[in-house]
Amino acid sequence: MLVELTQLTITGIRDSLTRKQTSAEELVQAHLAQIEMRDAEVHAYLWHSPERALAQARRIDQMIAAGEELPPLAGVPTAVKDVILTKGSPTTCASRILENYTAPYDATAVKRLEAAGACILGKTNCDEFAMGSSTENSGFGPTHNPLDLTRVPGGSSGGSGAAVAANMATVALGSDTGGSIRQPASFCNVVGMMGTYGRVSRYGLVAFASSLDHIGPFGRSVRDVALVLQTIAGRDPMDSTSADVPVADYAAALDRDVSGLTVGVPKEYFTGLNPEIGDNIQKGIDLFAKLGCKIESITLPHTDYAIGCYYIICTAEASSNLARYDGVRYGFRSPEYDGLRDMYRQTRDHGFGAEVKRRIMLGTYVLSSGYYDAYYLKAQKVRTLVARDFVEAFDEVDVIVVPTSPIPPFKLGEKLDDPLQMYLADIYTVTASLAGIPGISVPCGKMKSDPRLPVGMQIFAKHFDETVLLQAAHAFEKSGGFDMG
Amino acid sequence: MSKLETAPVIPDEVRNRYEAVIGLEVHVQLLARSKIFCACSTRFGDPPNSNTCPVCLGLPGALPVLNREAVTMAMKAAMALNCTINPRSRFARKNYFYPDLPKGYQISQYDEPLSEHGWIDIEVEGKSKRIGITRVHLEEDAGKSLHEGFPDSNEKSYIDLNRTGVPLIEIVSEPDLRSPGEAYEYLTRLKTIMLYLEVSDCNMEEGSLRVDANVSVRPVGASALGTKTEVKNLNSFRFLQKALAYEIERQIEIVDRGAEITQETRLYDSREGRTYGMRSKEFAHDYRYFPEPDLLPLVITDMWRDDVRRSMPELPEVRRQRFMRDYALAAYDAAQLTASKALADYFEDIVKASAQPKLAANWVLGELAYLLKEAGKEIEKSPVRAANLAGLLQLIEQETVSGKMGKDILAAMFSSGKTAREVMSSQGLEQINDTEKIAAVAREIISANPKQVEQYRSGKTATFGWFVGQLMKATRGQANPQLVQDVLKKELAG
Repeated sequence: MLVELTQLTITGIRDSLTRKQTSAEELVQAHLAQIEMRDAEVHAYLWHSPERALAQARRIDQMIAAGEELPPLAGVPTAVKDVILTKGSPTTCASRILENYTAPYDATAVKRLEAAGACILGKTNCDEFAMGSSTENSGFGPTHNPLDLTRVPGGSSGGSGAAVAANMATVALGSDTGGSIRQPASFCNVVGMMGTYGRVSRYGLVAFASSLDHIGPFGRSVRDVALVLQTIAGRDPMDSTSADVPVADYAAALDRDVSGLTVGVPKEYFTGLNPEIGDNIQKGIDLFAKLGCKIESITLPHTDYAIGCYYIICTAEASSNLARYDGVRYGFRSPEYDGLRDMYRQTRDHGFGAEVKRRIMLGTYVLSSGYYDAYYLKAQKVRTLVARDFVEAFDEVDVIVVPTSPIPPFKLGEKLDDPLQMYLADIYTVTASLAGIPGISVPCGKMKSDPRLPVGMQIFAKHFDETVLLQAAHAFEKSGGFDMG
Repeated sequence: MSKLETAPVIPDEVRNRYEAVIGLEVHVQLLARSKIFCACSTRFGDPPNSNTCPVCLGLPGALPVLNREAVTMAMKAAMALNCTINPRSRFARKNYFYPDLPKGYQISQYDEPLSEHGWIDIEVEGKSKRIGITRVHLEEDAGKSLHEGFPDSNEKSYIDLNRTGVPLIEIVSEPDLRSPGEAYEYLTRLKTIMLYLEVSDCNMEEGSLRVDANVSVRPVGASALGTKTEVKNLNSFRFLQKALAYEIERQIEIVDRGAEITQETRLYDSREGRTYGMRSKEFAHDYRYFPEPDLLPLVITDMWRDDVRRSMPELPEVRRQRFMRDYALAAYDAAQLTASKALADYFEDIVKASAQPKLAANWVLGELAYLLKEAGKEIEKSPVRAANLAGLLQLIEQETVSGKMGKDILAAMFSSGKTAREVMSSQGLEQINDTEKIAAVAREIISANPKQVEQYRSGKTATFGWFVGQLMKATRGQANPQLVQDVLKKELAG
């Protein structure tokens, strides 16, 4: 019974609750038990908030007892990446520099989730300040891929991906700056989505690279992801960059027929990737053809420049966003120092991990006088070109289908000493981030050879066309795309 | 601080061969009710760190949201300084570490400011001179570090973040100023305009008006600029002039002996009356400006701009001309009265209460200004309210009170805050307009002073003044002077 509860989708939970087959409290308890059972080896969670989840569950159960209309996410056990603020609980960004930091307010996305009835189970592990592609850069130890504990779950939102994959949460919030939701979704064989830039408020998301940061959902089905996205999406007066664009009922539109849609396949995404991954993606594309979609080969000519451009812009913004962790007002302060400047130096030297320091230095460099034009300004121009590629492509096609990652989940420690290799893991995800368009990663079968590692397929759509993107993903799922190969 | 430098002494003939080039960077705190990027109050003097929230504290995850009221005020200031408002401007991050800068960067504007290319005219030796305004941009203020005044100040600094995020405008002038006097005039003019606009209280003591100066010297006639220094810590109008005078002398002395000026930031020490170079290593900042990704570009629509333009109050120059035209005031009086908005308002309040404008101008600029100066008070704090001074002036116009009595009454009003009537009744100072009463006193004086009467009647008419004086003395100055003249002439004629 307990095992079944942790496998339910949001729709399944709603059915069980309204039919009184289970209670929200039982649901939360089942997930806490699952965490108890699995998380010692997976290490998806950094902090648990059972009281908060149970209190919310009891509220939901009272509503059920009183015969009240249930909110859309009533009783849904939810995990939240530790870069997203949850009032009264630790929010550390998996960094030693915020080890003792308690969030004084809730992120808008968290507020909206709880208002919709979700039960927040705890905070998930990630790469420190969301910088990384394996969750090995956590200040509190790595997360293991529940599908193969010797491998990474991807990153930076590896904890959220792993929690959903291991049934330790029904859905989870992650953050995506250059692929940090889509890549771990791919590695953990679940669905992960980043909406259009501005679709979801960033208020309460600890900034890594403000012009690229998104909050987005993980789930085991496209419908769950759609339901979470439509709950957290929409204009927020606390975030000037959140868009005043109406939020459609994505879930209600999922079953619309996709025949007649044009699916673009850009050739630039099919060189240099693991051939078995390529095979699976090709099968995925064939499936769209079978569904009546028109497949069109397209070109996104500036793709090659995206990774360099991305790492200039994200490090530049990070170098400024992380300046506030200086030991003056909150967080870690080095116990030993000699004067103010040395306090800054010691605090930041000991508080930040190696990757964070590497990026702060890179970002400081590309913004410094004499280098700004050659790096930051040039990168901004390239970003415009990358975005234009997509705008032009979407004149011809409705969605674009590409692999999520050029490589399958790798072994822990395998790429840790080679940051450049690690950066290249983001090669297929950073383009959508730079362009600000929505992207989803859905499972696309397993690789042929042992150990049959999961493959993820990305679907992109144009700005604020989440509806068509989710429809395509849902059609793919319904036709067995997740389990093919 | 560098080692003590000796104050240079420059012979006039050397000084006269050089010309100073000065540009001012003026920070003005806007009177917006809430901070520029959050809803916290901007009130001065509240308990430390009480007007703060996650946004202005720079807590993780918080984001700025631009306050439109601050933008409107900045636009007003820019328009009054004849600047062009850019339809699209951007905020930028200025990155540096300091304990009272909680985000590690200040949100300011850099290469795309709110407004540019303005000017104001100042008076220099009776002539008008145009000073260019490079730009007016919006930014947030930093917090305050308190290094003194606590029992453990020798080992700790305290930080008050109430000021963090208070909206500021920075007004950058062209290097068009040529002397400390011109700089003083420019700053005075700027302050007057800001006060007229009611966008700032320009209180230098509370830091709502702050000035930095860029100073260089060059040989008279040269067109190339010399190496400049930036002089900081100019926290009064007087110090601005003194610091500039010192810095100009210092630079002339160096340049004249063929040495080089070091480009640096220098602090003015008002006690020593000197500027000191700050260790350049410590202040060699690379601010790594880049566009603020948390805010959208600031777009000023035509409608917004036009709304602001329509809401502009009357500015000093226009008001001065109107005072000359409508109230027939002399140019000098009109200029004096419009030098501050508060004074001009005070004057107009009196006139509106139906006092004669010329009389009002004389009293405001004369007797009242004297009393204020003696008491060290500004017009805003005048114990005599405009309506009450108008009341006194009406009594003078009706000749219920003589000019001389008026001065005494005003002094009493000033010290007590009472109306003219209240002062007069409490001191028994009502004017005597009863001819018979005055005549009775006159007759007493005449009968008591036969010798003087004799002199007067024998043609020594100068004695008349003596009689007037005697009569005024006897009536303690209360007799209507015009009646005194008439009555005395009649009585003395016998």
